[in-house]
Amino acid sequence: MSEGLRIAERLLAGDRTALARLISWAENGDSRFRAAHAAFYGRVGRARRIGITGPPGAGKSTLVNELARVLRGQQKTVGILAVDPTSPISGGALLGDRIRMESRTLDPGVFIRSMASRESHGGLARAAVDACDAMDAFGFDVILLETVGVGQAEYDVVGAADSVLVVLCPGAGDGIQAMKAGLLEVADVLVVNKCDLDGADRLQNDLSEAVHVRFTKRAWTPPIVAVSAGKSFGVEELVQEVERHFAHLEAADLALSRRSKRVQHVENVVDERLHRLLWRDRGWRAHVERELARTVSPYEVAEGVLAELTARLSAGPSMSPVDRKVSTP
Amino acid sequence: MTDRKIRVLVAKPGLDGHDRGAKTVASALRDYGMEVIYTGLHQTPEAIAEIAAQEDVDVVGLSILSGAHMTLFPRVREELVKRDMAHVVLTGGGIIPSDDMLELEKQGYAKLFGPGTHTEEIAKWIQAEMQRRFAAEARS
Repeated sequence: MSEGLRIAERLLAGDRTALARLISWAENGDSRFRAAHAAFYGRVGRARRIGITGPPGAGKSTLVNELARVLRGQQKTVGILAVDPTSPISGGALLGDRIRMESRTLDPGVFIRSMASRESHGGLARAAVDACDAMDAFGFDVILLETVGVGQAEYDVVGAADSVLVVLCPGAGDGIQAMKAGLLEVADVLVVNKCDLDGADRLQNDLSEAVHVRFTKRAWTPPIVAVSAGKSFGVEELVQEVERHFAHLEAADLALSRRSKRVQHVENVVDERLHRLLWRDRGWRAHVERELARTVSPYEVAEGVLAELTARLSAGPSMSPVDRKVSTP
Repeated sequence: MTDRKIRVLVAKPGLDGHDRGAKTVASALRDYGMEVIYTGLHQTPEAIAEIAAQEDVDVVGLSILSGAHMTLFPRVREELVKRDMAHVVLTGGGIIPSDDMLELEKQGYAKLFGPGTHTEEIAKWIQAEMQRRFAAEARS
C-alpha cells in the first residue's frame, strides 16, 4: 500500500497526527497528498465551511475562538485553519493566531492549524482548500477558515468557503474603506466587531447603506451583526445568522455552489503546477534572463515564450478540451 | 519535497512571565526563512506537545527562565512521544546552568542555547540539523 493510502486510512480512523502531516504535504505540494486526497475524497462534503476575513487587527482570531466556543456548546466539532502572511523578504513567517485560541488547545473536539501564505499563483488557495478537505474527511462538523483580507490570493481562500464573514471594527476607517478594499463583495455576513467602542454605530450605518446600494438585486442580502468578541457579546446571534445563510444555500443549490467553487480549485492546481513546471523545472527563467541580456524588451521576450509554448501545446488542431462523453450517472 | 519549509514551535512552558527572549528568537528564525509558531506564556507540557502535533512542526524550542528545565524538558518529551512526535528536534534556551545543559544533552535533547548566544548561531544550527534530517528522509 502506498504511503498516501496508508495515511488516508489513518485520517479516516481519526488519527490527528495523520491529519497534521497531510496538511504539511498539501502545503509543500508533495505528490503523496494527491494519492491520499483521491483516497479520502469520497468522505469530503459533510462539513460546513465558514471563511472569516477582514483587515489586520479587526479581531478575527478572537472571533474565531468565540465561534468555536459557541459551536462546541452545540456539541459540534471544529477544525480551524488560520492563515498568516509570509514575509516577502525572508520567506519566513511568524504565525501567532493560536495565541487568541489558547483556551481551545486541549479540547479534543477542536483542531487548530496555522498556515503561512507563502508564494501565490494559486498555491495558497489550493493548499487551504486541501487542508479543509482533510479536516472535512477527518470528520469535523464545522471548519473555520481565517485569513487576512488583503489581496486577491487571500480572497480566493475564503471564497472557497460556504459562508464568508467579513469582520470590521470601528476606528479603522469608515465603511467606504471596506468598499474600496472589495471586502463587501465577498461578504455573506458582515460583522461589526468591538461594537462597544465609539464609532460602531456609525460603521453599522455606513455598511447598511453600502449593502442596500449594492445588493438590491441579489437573492441574499448580507446581514450586519454587531459583536464584541473580546467580551463574548453577540456571538450566538452571529452563529444564527451564519446558519440562516447556510439554510439559504441549501434551499438554493448547495451542491451547485460547491461545485462552482471546485472549478476554482482545479484552476488553482493547474496554475500552480504550470507555473512551477515552466519557471522552475523546465528552465524558462534562465531562457528569459539570456534573452533580456541581449537587450530584447520584456514584451518581446514574453511574446517569444508564448509563441513557443503555444506551438508546443497546439500539436492538435485546437487548444480547446476534448469533449468526452460523460458516462457516469 | 519541493517546497518544504522548516516549521518551528517556540514555547514558554511553566510559570515564568518573561518572553522577550522567546519573541526575539521567534522573529530571528522567521528572518531566516522559517515558519514560526509562538505559543504565548504559561503553557503546560501537554499543551505544547499538542500544538506541536497539530502544527506538525520539525523543531520545538523551549524558553525556560524559571529553573525548572530538568523537569520541563522530560515532561514535554514524554507528551510528544505520546502523540507520535518523538522525531521532533527538542531544543531550547534560557537561564540553564552549563552542567544542566550538558546533562540534558547527554539525555538526548538537542543543543541548548544560553544567554548571549547570537540568534544567527541558533538559526544556522537549526538549518544545518534540518538539512541533515531532510536529506536522510529523502534517502530512506
